[in-house]
Amino acid sequence: MEFLGLLNYWIVVVLMMTGFYIVIAHNNLVKKIVGLNIFQVSVFVFYITMAKVKGGTAPILAEGIEIYSNPLPHVLILTAIVVGVATTALGLALVVRIHDAYGTIEDDEIEARENEL
Amino acid sequence: MAAQYPALQVVLALLAAPVCLILRRPNAAWAVATVITWISLALALSLLGRVLETGVILYPMGDWAAPWGIEYQIDTVNAFMLVIVTLIGSVVMPFARASVEAEIEEERIYLFYCMYLLNLAGLLGIAITGDVFNLFVFLEISSLSSYVMISLGRDKRALTAAYRYLVIGTIGATFYIIGVGMMYMTTGSLNMADLAAILPAVADSRTVLVALGFLTVGLGLKLALFPLHLWLPNAYAYAPSAVTVFLAATGTKVAVYAFIRIFFTVFGGVEIFTAGVIPQILAVLAALAMIGASAVAIYQTDVKRLLAYSSIAQIGYMVLGISMVTVTGLAGTIVHLFNHAIMKGGLFMAMGCILFKIGTVQLDQFEGLGKRMPVTMAAFVAGGFSLIGVPLTVGFVSKWYLVQAALEKGWWLAVAAILASSLLAVIYIWRVVEVAYFRPPPKGSAEVSEAPLSMLVPLWILIGASYYFGIDATQTLDIAFAAAETLFAPPL
Repeated sequence: MEFLGLLNYWIVVVLMMTGFYIVIAHNNLVKKIVGLNIFQVSVFVFYITMAKVKGGTAPILAEGIEIYSNPLPHVLILTAIVVGVATTALGLALVVRIHDAYGTIEDDEIEARENEL
Repeated sequence: MAAQYPALQVVLALLAAPVCLILRRPNAAWAVATVITWISLALALSLLGRVLETGVILYPMGDWAAPWGIEYQIDTVNAFMLVIVTLIGSVVMPFARASVEAEIEEERIYLFYCMYLLNLAGLLGIAITGDVFNLFVFLEISSLSSYVMISLGRDKRALTAAYRYLVIGTIGATFYIIGVGMMYMTTGSLNMADLAAILPAVADSRTVLVALGFLTVGLGLKLALFPLHLWLPNAYAYAPSAVTVFLAATGTKVAVYAFIRIFFTVFGGVEIFTAGVIPQILAVLAALAMIGASAVAIYQTDVKRLLAYSSIAQIGYMVLGISMVTVTGLAGTIVHLFNHAIMKGGLFMAMGCILFKIGTVQLDQFEGLGKRMPVTMAAFVAGGFSLIGVPLTVGFVSKWYLVQAALEKGWWLAVAAILASSLLAVIYIWRVVEVAYFRPPPKGSAEVSEAPLSMLVPLWILIGASYYFGIDATQTLDIAFAAAETLFAPPL
């Protein structure tokens, strides 16, 4: 029962580790960015999960609404999503430039070419 | 008007960045960036004066009361940080004009100034804010702009350096927000002072401990704490000179400040930290950085990279001061933030002048440089003395207080590490001096003259400052000790 109650948090941990593993283990620079995205999304899910109040509705000031979910983490995560988008865009732009300069986006090939310089 | 200074400190630079984008002309963008930086310095000095006179300044953004709204809290520590960042910016800007023209394609120069202003806004924001999530946002503003600035380097390795820094930096920032999220889960607050008041009551929960772990590793990545420093050497070595000067002198310093803030203000009331094993871990990592990075610096053939490794060692000194958890140790760290900023800024500026004239900073090209560029090389040697910690330099002042703090604690090994690291610094500075002064210039090499005055004057201002504040350190030390004491004072 406890496992099901914490299901969202388990998903967070699995996503986080998946993303982190991709960033570390993959050789392809675009895949690393994908991993970074998965890693960041896990944090978004984490924030949104902790804001949820059982039986709560949206935080609207209206008759009959007494329990509502905490809206603050949602706002924080909107900011974090914007930051994530900017990071992804910049990362991919750098990958394009790296491809122009080195002719490859495989990390080990780039490193081999750098060592020749 | 004076009441709005805290907001203006960040907003001016933030608004000036898009102005550069509209102007497009390199000289106009440079003028805007310079004027804004100088105004920011004036604001920072006035804020520091007010803090020293009347104590903490609280500024609720948009009049939303804390802890719900975002509040700027300025005490001696961050007022001093604001001055360090804007001071370095103000000296770098005149230097940047010629250096950037030589190193960045003309049609990209205005973009550089735009990114510089965003970076300045981000760094000032980190230093001024009293809200842990707001700090994350500014951290990302400054990081994203620094990735772009590094990638502007001429060498194609600048691109991969920027990419690797982006990946590591993003992991660090994400770790930081995981930590913030966990603190928010247990306390329901994001305001630093409010967190400091609530955390002691819930300090036994595992969530808070895990949060502290995430925050430590996240900020450790940002400040290049050994062994999380791998992004730094290439990023500093291949970035344009002006960028290296600015980032080396301010970027990691502000991250060290954030680290201090989290540990001493937010977790100030929590005993787990002061009694736990964390200080020992930090001290060991710091000592490894001081000795390991200095040893690696000796074997570098690129002098910018050599200085980058020396920066990692110097960050070790700062972390060592933090790990002592005493007023003297922390004051040593804070004064070293300032001292290292001016001396490393000066040394990287010397590299900028050499790159400007001979187009490379490979050590084997330095032969005879003592005769070919005497003013620049003299500045390098003078700055090198400071890095080693020769008396009358700022490097000596920082090391003196760190050694004193270590003796107070009876940490003999830390004293030995400081001495060993200084001896290693003698070796790597000597290697450069030996090549530049005691080897004849290669036959047939053109007579090299000095870089333009607009680069030499800022260089000598920083080198001169590293002697001025080394001979009369009372001003900086007074502020550093006052700052360290406020960090140990019970929260408001």
